[in-house]
Amino acid sequence: MGAATHYDVIVIGGGVVGTAVLRTLSRYQLKAALLEKAAEVGWGATKANSGIVHAGFHNKPGSWMARLCVAGNRMYDQLCEELDVPFIRNGVMMVARTPEEEKILRDFYQQGLENGVPDMELLDGDAARRLEPNLSEEITLVLRAPSGGIVAPFELAAALAENAAANGADVYTEVEVAAISHGDDGFIVTSKDGGTWKGTYVVNAAGLFADDLARMCGLDAPSLIPRKGEEYILDQRLGDLVKHTIFPVPTPKSKGILVIPTAEGNIMIGPTALELPYKDDAATTAAGLNEILSFTQGLVPKISRRDIIASFAGIRAGSPAGDFIFETSHTGKAVHLLGIESPGLTAAPAIAEHVLQMLREAGLPLEEKPDFNPRRPEVIRFKQLSDGEKEAVIKENPLYAHVVCRCETITEGEIVDAIRRGARTVDGVKFRTRAGMGRCQGGFCTPYVVRILARELGVSPLEITKRGKGSELLTADAKLYLKGGETDA
Amino acid sequence: MAIGTQVNQELERKMTCITCPTGCQLEVTRNADGELSITGAQCRRGEVYARNEILDPRRVLTTTVRIRNGSLPLLPVRTTEAVPKELLADAMRILAKVEVTAPVRTGDVILPNILDTGIDVTASRDMKRAEDAF
Amino acid sequence: MRNTHYTDVAIIGGGPAGLAAALAARKAGAEHVTILERSHELGGILQQCIHNGFGIHRFKEELTGPEYAYRFIPEVEADPGIHVYLNTMVLSLSSDKEMTAVHPGHGLIKLRAKAVVLAMGCRERTRGALSIPGTRPAGVFTAGTAQRFVNMDGFMPGKQVVILGSGDIGLIMARRFTLEGAKVEAVVEIMPYPAGLARNIAQCLEDFDIPLYLSSTVTAIHGKDRVEGVTVSQVDDNWCPIPGTERYIPCDTLLLSVGLIPENELSQEAEVPLDRCTGGPIVDENRETEISGIFACGNVLHVHDLVDYVSEEAEIAGEAAARYAQNQAAAASENQVQRQASQLAITPGEGVRYVLPQRITPGAEVDLYLRVMQPMDDITLSLGGVALARKRQVRPSEMLKIRLKPQHWDSLREAGAVQGRELCLKAEPR
Repeated sequence: MGAATHYDVIVIGGGVVGTAVLRTLSRYQLKAALLEKAAEVGWGATKANSGIVHAGFHNKPGSWMARLCVAGNRMYDQLCEELDVPFIRNGVMMVARTPEEEKILRDFYQQGLENGVPDMELLDGDAARRLEPNLSEEITLVLRAPSGGIVAPFELAAALAENAAANGADVYTEVEVAAISHGDDGFIVTSKDGGTWKGTYVVNAAGLFADDLARMCGLDAPSLIPRKGEEYILDQRLGDLVKHTIFPVPTPKSKGILVIPTAEGNIMIGPTALELPYKDDAATTAAGLNEILSFTQGLVPKISRRDIIASFAGIRAGSPAGDFIFETSHTGKAVHLLGIESPGLTAAPAIAEHVLQMLREAGLPLEEKPDFNPRRPEVIRFKQLSDGEKEAVIKENPLYAHVVCRCETITEGEIVDAIRRGARTVDGVKFRTRAGMGRCQGGFCTPYVVRILARELGVSPLEITKRGKGSELLTADAKLYLKGGETDA
Repeated sequence: MAIGTQVNQELERKMTCITCPTGCQLEVTRNADGELSITGAQCRRGEVYARNEILDPRRVLTTTVRIRNGSLPLLPVRTTEAVPKELLADAMRILAKVEVTAPVRTGDVILPNILDTGIDVTASRDMKRAEDAF
Repeated sequence: MRNTHYTDVAIIGGGPAGLAAALAARKAGAEHVTILERSHELGGILQQCIHNGFGIHRFKEELTGPEYAYRFIPEVEADPGIHVYLNTMVLSLSSDKEMTAVHPGHGLIKLRAKAVVLAMGCRERTRGALSIPGTRPAGVFTAGTAQRFVNMDGFMPGKQVVILGSGDIGLIMARRFTLEGAKVEAVVEIMPYPAGLARNIAQCLEDFDIPLYLSSTVTAIHGKDRVEGVTVSQVDDNWCPIPGTERYIPCDTLLLSVGLIPENELSQEAEVPLDRCTGGPIVDENRETEISGIFACGNVLHVHDLVDYVSEEAEIAGEAAARYAQNQAAAASENQVQRQASQLAITPGEGVRYVLPQRITPGAEVDLYLRVMQPMDDITLSLGGVALARKRQVRPSEMLKIRLKPQHWDSLREAGAVQGRELCLKAEPR
């Protein structure tokens, strides 16, 4: 792999920050590329993100986190409308249960005012329970910020990449960067399997691995702190348990363990915050689950172990400075984004604008593209259509009448559309369409999804992976093991 | 192995009867004359099963064979009767190389007289041609 | 929007329950019966259950799953009064028995029925529901998904397998994988006794020397991209892993056979009340749910061990649905209100996990179906204090069936138990 094109900007890392940067760059008359190590974009910390669009009262006034969080939050309505990504301003609540917690909560309220968080209010426990009847009786004071929201983080990253590509940017997946060199012609980025990409500017948005990459550029970058978070998803039956995202009063290390209504209508509980000595342990643990359950049951007593349908874990790129770190090397031609942890998802669109500004200052000419199209073709979500609309889309394409995922009512038409938009794997289809995300967790639909992927990509089902090379689902053709391993003709 | 010398009987084997879902726990004993006696069966079939299991254990083999141009790539098949247990692995290897062509009807003989047992392998469902399937 | 279609009896699902219900409804006089089936063929899950063992009670022979299905399918297809919609997914069902379904050729279909039979079957419990800690590599499948890959789609999903849970599908798949040349390292069961039938332990595990670890569970899944192994630990009486008992078993595949759950999303949409013990609708002896004119049978009602009982139950539901359709909904609905008022609730008591039907009309000669909590020897089953049957050996894996006979009702009346609203079924040591 590799590319002959000389790019103006190479973005490394296809998380929500990298894809937001790429999409922002695609507004201008320049050639931009994105290199992502996984099989699809959005599969690092982004996929495991809680999906909260924070209001902005959590962070110290004047910090990058506070400024870019509030700025990013304001950009979400337009962004998600343009990209047809589910986004709901469900509001957030921080809850206090003791006089000590009340005091801290009032400090956060003041902080929010300073940061410019709009429309916040303080409610006593009863007033809060009128809005959220399932809140614990022990809760005495609540800080409510209606500007908080929820978004589907993976869908957002995928949509940003898709829209950037539609506007001329190149997206390369399964490219793991091994070396970055700089000469008279600019940067040469070399991948693990020997491909090369040439460019004038580099944006390092490699998330958890951004410190390693910065060091490849000769920067004495501080080490990021891998901090694991486990999350558990509850059955959709409990979808209306809470409307707001419920935060406890935070600890110094994290925003605490939350109860989060997702953009897809499930409730999610988590995350834990466990510092790791290494970067590759995305395993859930019995201890993590127990911690989450006992904690969230204190916020919303109705939560029960029985209702858990899925679990996952991700690793945050913890910042050693407690704030986002923006570094440059090569006289500003390489921009390094370090420690983009929470509220990184919220801040992502504002971070992209900030990076653009940094590149401009380093000499990147930015001339707007007259034909930039900010809109992504609308995604048909069959389940949400009216009967008349359903009838119409089936008439247009009968694949929309074939329900593949029964739990979430996802049709073959939607799966084919996701593949045409860039899904390459079973997980990619799952995260784009929700096929396999419901109660049966893919029990019924996985064989169909494998078959559809194979057909659309023109490969054998044996080549279909869960999430990229090495994660093939099937190991052999039937009868192969009985033929002494000789391959089928 | 020997448990009761004074009655001059030996417990030959304990087994679960697989004839029906009840799954009776059978005990087979052999007296000095080598005759088998069976306890624990709730019906006659259990005794027959236990005797066969000692003398000539057999199983019905159910598996699949490749089918060309069928609505599915595999056709489920079965032996019409139980075949000697020790032949199961060989039968699987032979059937792995068998390929038939759709259409097929339930009961069609797919492979006659497998491993000279006198027992046939038959289709256990209808399979239409792919183009006629929908 | 297309016009609404009308039918006497609509049957949701064309698996074993739906097939038997359709034929029974016709025999009971329903003129127009409609089967709505999401797959491209009838037969449901039986089509992937290629092993034998079906039909011993009903047909007195050991059929494979597809063979069992073909004892019904030709008759259904030949009946001009049964209208089969294949590739048709029911999207919604209302309590007044109106359905919306989709079909690639017909588009959106609106169907209104005088009576509805729910026959949607069940789904497998998944890993998430159990929260096995660890990574999320490829190679974790439910036993039924693996069964579909191996028996119908023509692919092996693994070569070295560990199976968590000793449910029947898992045991059957242990044998299938072994016969197909893969290696099954172990079956791991958290309970001190197997979940599946004893005959399957014998013919699927013992025949192939596959170890069964009881009172054990998988405590971790290893591997980043593909499963590389699992950690198996013994558990204590509270099902908690015992530290120090961990053993690592290398494997590329973990199959889950940890139970089945009736699939009642549509039932819930029609506001059909469910029984927490069975996961299926609450029904009376006609298999009528608490929503007038909506009946249920098969694994959507409760998880069966034998398909023979599914057919039997489906015939009760199909016949009752036909009668309901003939009596006209309104009259029948009124009857139901009266009937419900006079019915007795049958509840599970000591030693009993569930009992079905949950409501019966006093005096009715009906079969009660039940499962016990744990394996027991020499027990008496009693209802409202009246002994119904003795059993030598019972296991939770086995569904028990006992007939409630006129003499039992006499005894119940004598004991004054019928005056109450509720009769408790108990399984007690003799």
